[in-house]
Amino acid sequence: MRYYTTMSALAVLFLFPLVWSGWASMEEPGNYVEMAQFGEGLGTYLTNSALVSVMTVAGTLFVSALGGYAFARFAFPGKNLLFLATLAILMVPYATVLIPLYVLLGYIGLQNSLVGVALVFVMFQLPFALFMMRNAFEALPKELEEAALVDGCTTFRAFVRILLRAVRPAMVTVGLFAFLASWNDFFAPLILLNDGASFTLPVAVVSMTQNTFGAIDYGMLQAGVMVMAIPCLILFLVLQRHYVRGFMSGALRG
Amino acid sequence: MTTLTRPRGRAARGGSTAVAPPPWWRRQGAQGWLYAGPTALIVVVLFLAPLVLVGWMSLNRWPLLGEATLNAPANYTKIADNPLFADAVWFTLKYTVIITVVLSLFALGLALLVQERRPGVGFFRTAFFLPGAVGFAAAALLFYGMLNSDFGPIDPILRTLGIIDEPVSWIGTPNMALFSTITLVLWRFAGFNMLILLTGLQAIPVAVYEAARTDGASRWVIFRRITLPLLRPTIALMLIMSITGSLLAFDQFFIFTNGGPDNSTVSMVMVIYRDAFLRFDLGGAAALSVVLLIALVALNALQMRVLRRPE
Repeated sequence: MRYYTTMSALAVLFLFPLVWSGWASMEEPGNYVEMAQFGEGLGTYLTNSALVSVMTVAGTLFVSALGGYAFARFAFPGKNLLFLATLAILMVPYATVLIPLYVLLGYIGLQNSLVGVALVFVMFQLPFALFMMRNAFEALPKELEEAALVDGCTTFRAFVRILLRAVRPAMVTVGLFAFLASWNDFFAPLILLNDGASFTLPVAVVSMTQNTFGAIDYGMLQAGVMVMAIPCLILFLVLQRHYVRGFMSGALRG
Repeated sequence: MTTLTRPRGRAARGGSTAVAPPPWWRRQGAQGWLYAGPTALIVVVLFLAPLVLVGWMSLNRWPLLGEATLNAPANYTKIADNPLFADAVWFTLKYTVIITVVLSLFALGLALLVQERRPGVGFFRTAFFLPGAVGFAAAALLFYGMLNSDFGPIDPILRTLGIIDEPVSWIGTPNMALFSTITLVLWRFAGFNMLILLTGLQAIPVAVYEAARTDGASRWVIFRRITLPLLRPTIALMLIMSITGSLLAFDQFFIFTNGGPDNSTVSMVMVIYRDAFLRFDLGGAAALSVVLLIALVALNALQMRVLRRPE
């Protein structure tokens, strides 16, 4: 019994801030109306965030599925070097890459661009995603595609028709991590986007606290918090198993 | 199965036994590179090229707008004259030590509490982890409102309980700002670290515990002699992640305390950000980034040695 008392008290401590924020955001119905009209309008920020997230998830899945297949099934020169270079992304501070990326994306015409931000997110997701997908392909029995290859199928057709279907659970995990990271990240869009109309949600909502003339509207701020948090909470609760698999896969064991 | 189908496949392709060497795009190496191509492109263009560029930038006077001019090694020598950075290094180290100790102990406690399967434990695991699903920026903004004396619920609750009589300035003094930030980070990351430790705990075979119990070992002895040593690699991983993450702290101080009061909570990465985008000195920011990178790589190498050493 004492166990459950302790656990319930802890659960209340952990859940209270979320419940309070939801309640505070709805205390005045006007909060969400004001939030919708803040700055360039909630619609703009939501669209920007959704675009970046969709591009990041699609890009990460595309690159890591092909790459995972390459690393699991082929021998090619420079294979180990490329794998190490990809894992090295984890070792380098975020800021150390983002400062030059701000300049570099300008060179290739992607300054202040949602596509540029999404590409940068794909790069940051790559170590985890590639590791995850390589392990998923390695876990498949070779016989699965051998029969098809022997029948004259190209490796690409075997990949699309047979293997991609078999690694779907790993792709859900990779996609979920990519979504949560790109939807929530604050630092990269803060540096890479400099025009209010291209801000993602986190940058826009944080600017409520920093650029306001006069008092901060705390109710509206909590409405902003809820708009950011609710998609993640729902997605996490639905896909919890896939999230935990990401931990179990050993990808985090470095 | 394969041996049976192989001849048929060959026959279908050419019909003769003298098989020509496959065209270049059918060869292992070429195919591997085709599939790994997008990975290589991303890694080279968006990771390796920026690393080279940041080194080059650090050797130049590189204003946010305008021409870059070589000025090496001025960006490095002026780091020593940057009092904000020296303070930030000290503050970031202090924050890293405190948060790593508090977070690790708290997460270990949580992991031990939810380790065994019993009714309702799934709910508690989810409840402890749920803040981790919320973005860190959103969490920081949530606490920004929650700890506001006029708007948030914490002051009224503490007043009702008789713990305080006056409004508390949660981010108004350096110590309170640090304390409040630690609470925020604890709330957001405790479940995350708990989950890491839990994967380690669940890898310990039940038989080991049972053997110890039949030998009459107490709970404390089991924890000290079995759980902790076997959990060592997982704890090492958690520590490395916590230390690295804390040394690079930005969001919590930028959003929640905004570096204040009086620049008392300015982290190292915040100085880099300020140099680059408020003082328009990308060269100086690049030099700081390079120093931070070298320090971090050295620290990681050291940590791997110390923490990974077998018992």
